[in-house]
Amino acid sequence: MNLAALLAELTPVHGVRGALIVSREDGLVVADALMEDVDGKAVAALTASLADRMAGVTRALGQPEPVVWQLEGSEGVLLAAPVAAGLLVVAVASPEVNVGELRLRVLRAAERAA
Amino acid sequence: MSVDDIQALTAQLARDPSSLVFLPLAEALRRRGQLEAALTVAQSGATRYPEMAGAYDLLARIRSDRGEGDLAFDAWTTVLRLDPDHIGAHKGLAFLSFRAQDHLRSLRYLRRALELSPQDAALRATLRRVEQAANARPVPGFATPGADPLRALEAEPGFALLVDRQGRLLAGSLTDGQGKAASEAIGAVLGGISREAERTARLLHLGAWRRLSLEGGPAHFELRTPTIDSVLLVTRPREVPAGRLGLLADRAATAARRWLEELR
Repeated sequence: MNLAALLAELTPVHGVRGALIVSREDGLVVADALMEDVDGKAVAALTASLADRMAGVTRALGQPEPVVWQLEGSEGVLLAAPVAAGLLVVAVASPEVNVGELRLRVLRAAERAA
Repeated sequence: MSVDDIQALTAQLARDPSSLVFLPLAEALRRRGQLEAALTVAQSGATRYPEMAGAYDLLARIRSDRGEGDLAFDAWTTVLRLDPDHIGAHKGLAFLSFRAQDHLRSLRYLRRALELSPQDAALRATLRRVEQAANARPVPGFATPGADPLRALEAEPGFALLVDRQGRLLAGSLTDGQGKAASEAIGAVLGGISREAERTARLLHLGAWRRLSLEGGPAHFELRTPTIDSVLLVTRPREVPAGRLGLLADRAATAARRWLEELR
């Protein structure tokens, strides 16, 4: 599996500021393609932590883990999809991004990474 | 304020983004009708000074001028959380309530405003007018829509839950896949999620977090923060389109915000 090629599927989307593969267990960057102003280590650590919380919601309802989740702020969007083997595919984007397109690409990348 | 003054304030803010000059600058832009620019300046200021009631009051007035009643309502509610005696917020909420035909709520805000500023003749006159409107005989056959925001949350029990930031239940209920009550367990998780989302959004420069969407297996979920100290979870089976679920969650968040404000 070529992780750089996976991330290259995400970064051409207009508005995407960075894409990463993150290790869930320790919140570290496995691979990334980021704009200069994006702090990959912070993205990895925070996303891994938030992913655990998300899993907690569905677990409490006796349901499987989310296949993709999205945090939307006034100035940007964070999308993440869990992958088998304890990884996350993550994208950080500005508010003007086409979330529908990015969501599909993140899901596709997660499937290929599995 | 002249264009030169505005340019000077803009330059000052550019030199020192932490300056409080954003307040007069955004107000001047608002008065000139440059609402988009005013909003940008005020939002940035409110983000930088999240405990400053005046920043949210300014934000609320700009939102109101833009016709964004719900967002103005939210901002003025935040003002009252920070400063319960803020007369501008009471007046603003009275105006929004009146505009929404909620005369009784408008009266409540106006009376509180008058308690805070008993010498305000204009305010007293406004109160009289709203009292007259509230007492006006309704047109036969006309029924005011029931103001029961909680109904929006509980119309379909088991699909929405509202908790405070400590995860304590406020309204609604959720059941797990076997139909067993899961509200307490979910409430405990939601309090933590809100804090985590807020921290993530702040540190990654995503601005104030507005929504969290989860696509699960058999169900999808939407999270909102109706107020700065509450979290709302709305869920529906995956057959309900994600966009529609988002709208349902927005509507429930608005209802919850009003309901919480009413409780306080």
